[in-house]
This record gives sequence, C-alpha cells and structure tokens, in this order.
Amino acid sequence: MLSKSQAKLFFFLGTIICSLLFVGLTIDTFRKIPGLTHAENLTPSVARGKVLWEKNNCMGCHTLMGEGGYYAPELTKVYERRGEGFIKAMLTDPTAMFAGQRKMVTYKLTDQEKDDLVAFLKWIGEMDLNGFPPKPTLSQENK
Amino acid sequence: MKFESQRVSYWFFSVCMLLFSLQIVYGFIMAFAHIGYDNLHSIIPFNTARATHTNLLIMWLLCGFMGSAYYIIPDEADRELIFPKLAYVQLIAFLLVGVAAIIGFHLNWWEGRKFLEIPRPLDYLVVVNVLLFIFLIGGTILKGKRFTTTSLVLFFGLLMAALLYIPGLIDSDNQTIDSYLRWWVVHLWVEGVWELILGAILCYLLIKLTGVDREVTEKWLYVILGFTFLSGILGTGHHFFWIGTPKYWLMLGGIFSAFEPIAFLAMAFFAINTARKGGRNIDNRIALYWSVGCSILSFVGGGFLGFAHTLPAVNYYTHGTLVTAMHGHLAFWGAYAMIVLSVIMYTMPHLTGKKIQDNAISYFAFWTSNIGMISMTLAFAVAGIAQVYLEKKVGLEFLVVQKELEIHFVGLVLAASLFSLGIGAFVYNFISFGKPCGNLLPRNRK
Repeated sequence: MLSKSQAKLFFFLGTIICSLLFVGLTIDTFRKIPGLTHAENLTPSVARGKVLWEKNNCMGCHTLMGEGGYYAPELTKVYERRGEGFIKAMLTDPTAMFAGQRKMVTYKLTDQEKDDLVAFLKWIGEMDLNGFPPKPTLSQENK
Repeated sequence: MKFESQRVSYWFFSVCMLLFSLQIVYGFIMAFAHIGYDNLHSIIPFNTARATHTNLLIMWLLCGFMGSAYYIIPDEADRELIFPKLAYVQLIAFLLVGVAAIIGFHLNWWEGRKFLEIPRPLDYLVVVNVLLFIFLIGGTILKGKRFTTTSLVLFFGLLMAALLYIPGLIDSDNQTIDSYLRWWVVHLWVEGVWELILGAILCYLLIKLTGVDREVTEKWLYVILGFTFLSGILGTGHHFFWIGTPKYWLMLGGIFSAFEPIAFLAMAFFAINTARKGGRNIDNRIALYWSVGCSILSFVGGGFLGFAHTLPAVNYYTHGTLVTAMHGHLAFWGAYAMIVLSVIMYTMPHLTGKKIQDNAISYFAFWTSNIGMISMTLAFAVAGIAQVYLEKKVGLEFLVVQKELEIHFVGLVLAASLFSLGIGAFVYNFISFGKPCGNLLPRNRK
C-alpha cells in the first residue's frame, strides 16, 4: 500500500509537471493571441472602448465571448448582427428600443465614447473564436 | 479550544453570517428581475446586484477561511497566535475594504471584470490585508511547537490564493489576454488552491470529529490534492475554448477537465468512509453532517456538473448560458460554503462553551438549506437547458427566450425561499450560541 512519502511525491511531481506545462502553453498562447485576435486592428479607439466596457461593468448583464451575466444579450457578433446605427441608438436611449421589456441603464455617453464602444465591439466580432458563438442548427431559416 | 487567541475566529464567523445573509438578499433581487419585477432597477441595476452577490460570496468565504485558519493553526502548531490583536485589526480592515467595494458597486465604481469587480485602489488594500494575515498565520506556524501536514497545506493554500491574485492586476488592451489572466485568478482559485484549503480543513475536521489516525488521513490528503492539481491546472483550459486562444486548448481543456471529478470523488469516498469508521459516539454529529455533506455536494456540484458542461462539444452550446449558473451555485455551495459552515458548527461549542449544537434547529438548517440549494440548481438547470435549445439551437432572439424562462425563475424563487429558511435557522443557531467566552481546555494533544 502507498506510504505517506510516496503520496507526497505523487502530489509534488504531478503539481510541478502540470504547472510547468501550463506556463509553457501560456507562453505559446501569448505568442499566438495577437494573430488570432487581429491585434493589428486594436486601435486607440478600441482600447478606449474596452475601458468604457469595463468602467460600466457591461459584463455584469451582457456576455462577451460567452463571459458575463446572462441577463442581457450576447454581444460578440452584435456589430455584424445589428450594425452601427442600432448599437448607437441603443446606447443613446436603451428604453426606447425594447419598451416595457428588460431594462438597461441609461449611460450618458458622448458621441466619441459611442464610437469607441462600437469600435471595440467590431474588433471583438472579428476575432477567431474557434467557431463561437454557435450557428443555430435547428433554425427554420437555415433550411 | 486550547488558546485564548483562537477566539478571534468567532468574530470572523460573525462577519461571515452577516455577509452571507446580505448575499442572499441580492440573489433575490436578481431572481425577481429575471421574472420581470425589476422595480429596484434605478437604484440597484442587475449588474450592481450581480457584482454585489458574487463579491459578497467571495468575501464571506475568504472571511470563513481566515477565521478557520485562526482557529486551526494555533491548535495544530500548539501555541498562541502571534500578535493576536493584529488579527482583529486585520478583520476590521478587511470589512472596511469590503464595505467600500460594495458601496462602490452601487455608484458605478468598479472594474467590470467578472468576479474581480473590486476597484483597483481597493485591490492594493486587499493585498496588504492578506499579507498581514499570511504573516500572522505563517509566524504562528514557524514559532509553533509542531509542524503538521494539515497546517502546512492550509498555509500554502492561503499563500497561493494570495499570490494568484496578482495576475488579475496585470492590465492589457487586449480582451483575450485580459480574460486569460482573469481565469488564472478565478479558475486557479476555485479549482486549484482553494481545494488545498478545503482539503486541509476537511482533514482537520475529520481527525477531530472521528478520531481517525492522522497519518492515514494526511496520506490521503496528498493523494486527493495530487489528483486535484494533476487535472485542475491544465483544466483551466476549459475557459480557453472560445476566447481567441489556440485550438489545442479544446483538447487539453476537455481532457483534463474530464479528470477533475476524480479528486472530488476521492474526497467524498474518503470522508464517508472515515465517518462510518469513526462516526460512533461523537459529540458533534451535526459538524460531521456538514463535513460529509460538503464532500458529497462538492463532487456533485463541482465535479459532476462541472464535467457535464466542460466537454467542448457540449460547452460550445452551453457556454454563456444559465447552465453555468447551475454549476456555479451547487459547486460554490457544496465545496466552499459548506466547508465554512462545517467549521462554524465544529468550533462554536468550543468557542462559546455552550454545547447546544445537536439540537433540532441545527438539523432543520442542514436539511432545509441543502434541499433548497439542490432545488435551486434544478431550476437553473431547466432554465439553462431550455435557453440552450431555444436560443443557441433554434436561434430565437435572446429576449424572446428570456420571457419563456420566467416561469423557471418563479421555481428558483420558491427553492431559494426554502434555502433562505435553512440559512435563517443556521444564523439563529449561531446567535443562540452567544459570545465567545468558552473555557480553555486542558492541553492534551490528539
């Protein structure tokens, strides 16, 4: 039967090997992220949009790349799905668009800030996300 | 209780009870918003309620871990805590930072990164606070009369939890890098080093409650934690499926996540076996209930339900839906909330000198809260699966689907009411124990 020192060895060896592998893969991943995310298109406007996204905790309701609050729509492909005009109208007066439905906070954003958020969402939508979000395979429209 | 300084745990546990109760209130605010009653929207919008709900959870769990450490470490090291007054200072500072963060969330002051919403200036205060805690615990172990595996595992779990907070402080303009590093904190906490804390506390409780042999228990602790890290570290990959990271994470994350339940299953088997062998004539049966319950539900919630939706082919559809909320609730409850409640039930008779633990209210609290939480998980599961099919597979609009899901949130509110009743009984019990004025035990070792 296994002794305590063997158990200890199993724990330390396993942990060290897996940690080293994980760090190695992280280094490789960081090398590949700029290509997969089209980092060359990451303009100052996109970066400002990301700051706004975080400053207002948009993720607290929406999801982006599937991460967030599950209370409001997934926004990864929103630029492609809705277009710039819709997004800006929504940001200007969220209550007008879906009256009587689930509410969004009205943020007092400048035109510049709206442009930045649109730029951010457009950049997110162009990433290579291994096929996410899924295409609705049972949709009538696809048939 | 062997040492005067262990009493500080009581105050940490009191804060736990307070924050936990408040967390439940914010849960109800969100559940009602999902049904359509978002009357508080103008003062507590959903994102505020959510950030408050999850951060209160993290805060009270950390508070519970710290309280547990302040009780367990002096006992294991066989000496008083070093600078016991600083432990009180640390608690007050921790509470102040927490309150500031919660108020901040209501004033749109936060970082907007899921689970790490605490505003940056407060992050630094958290770091200082945790360093003080680590110093007090580490110093006590170093100056102690004996080193035990249990106390060392607990210490390293807490130390690593503190160190792993740092990747979350690295800024990037790239959302993918940001998200990647955020999971270093969140995943490597809950499916990594927090399990060291969980394992060590469970080990301590089983030794104390059942009188099982320490060498055997600690040997199994190493085996279980070995499996935890063998699967959990590369299992972080299940967060890297769809966020702009290379394809190999689909395979690695999928395979290693599939092994994650093994550690939980081993823990459950071990706890049940130990309780069976040594479960006779123990004077704190309810603490054993909580400990064994913790090991079982951490397997069901963390291990099994986690596994159920981390297979890449499944996660492709369930990612970003209420299925995650299903897994999240039972995992946090089973693994971490229940271990803190176990420690509280174990230590209260010692801290207060009142042996009232095995009363009817204790059992009512245990069964009601557990049945309530399992029912909540089922409500989330039904809502989540319906969402997956209607929104992701059929392609209906998000808000159309949410309307269809409202009825399941009525179910959730009912289940949550049962859960709250159980927790109410637990808190009532906690208050009935009274203040910490227990007599010190003669210092005989186990």
